[in-house]
Amino acid sequence: MAMRKVKFPAQFQYLDEIRDFVAEIARQGGFSDKEIYSIQLAADEAASNIIEHAYEGVTDGELEIACGIKGDLLTITLHDHGQPFDPASVRPPDLKADLSDRQIGGLGIYLMRKLMDEVEYESSTHGGNRLTLTKRRN
Amino acid sequence: MEITNKEFKHCDMLMVKGRIDSATAPQFSQALDAVTESGRFKIVVDMGELEYMSSAGFRALLASQRACKRYNRGEVVLAAVPQRIQEALELAGFTELFKTFDDPLAAVGSF
Repeated sequence: MAMRKVKFPAQFQYLDEIRDFVAEIARQGGFSDKEIYSIQLAADEAASNIIEHAYEGVTDGELEIACGIKGDLLTITLHDHGQPFDPASVRPPDLKADLSDRQIGGLGIYLMRKLMDEVEYESSTHGGNRLTLTKRRN
Repeated sequence: MEITNKEFKHCDMLMVKGRIDSATAPQFSQALDAVTESGRFKIVVDMGELEYMSSAGFRALLASQRACKRYNRGEVVLAAVPQRIQEALELAGFTELFKTFDDPLAAVGSF
């Protein structure tokens, strides 16, 4: 699969560009507007999480994002060299909880999982952290 | 993102335009806080011109809803929510926490 790859500074103000990057590839791949919004939101939540947690306290971190389509599958890979942070370790929020008991955290990760078909995480000492999101076109 | 505040007799309306993500959510939180810090707790968030909102925006809404509903002094309601944002709010289980109105003026009138 031909993946396009772009390096972004790990800062919130680049989220706009990250969303545009994945949206353009999804659009070329024939994904619907609804699917494109989901893909943008999932990529945003994944990147925000890396900037907030993996790169906590780091101002010059880098986030490499690769995106491509094979058949009816869109794949996004987010690669960082921050602290390992496995999204699977985040407890899903209780969506039935009352207003006062609603968790503030964990929501982004939850949305990312719901919006995509597959989420995979791997971390290695030398290779950094790699989060792979996959979405199937309907 | 751009936020305009319009003060009505019984409530405040925040018109939010553009995109709310982790970069812009602090500005959205500040606008909500500015209303509650002035002692007003009935807020309509008009999303008619909002293109995008991530969970960072949802968190800002949740924090403000808690502040407003305390002591039953008011609440945050949403108006003219675009379809994609509505779907994301549903996925996050937020639609039970906020009344929503199609028409911003109907939302104002509900207070």
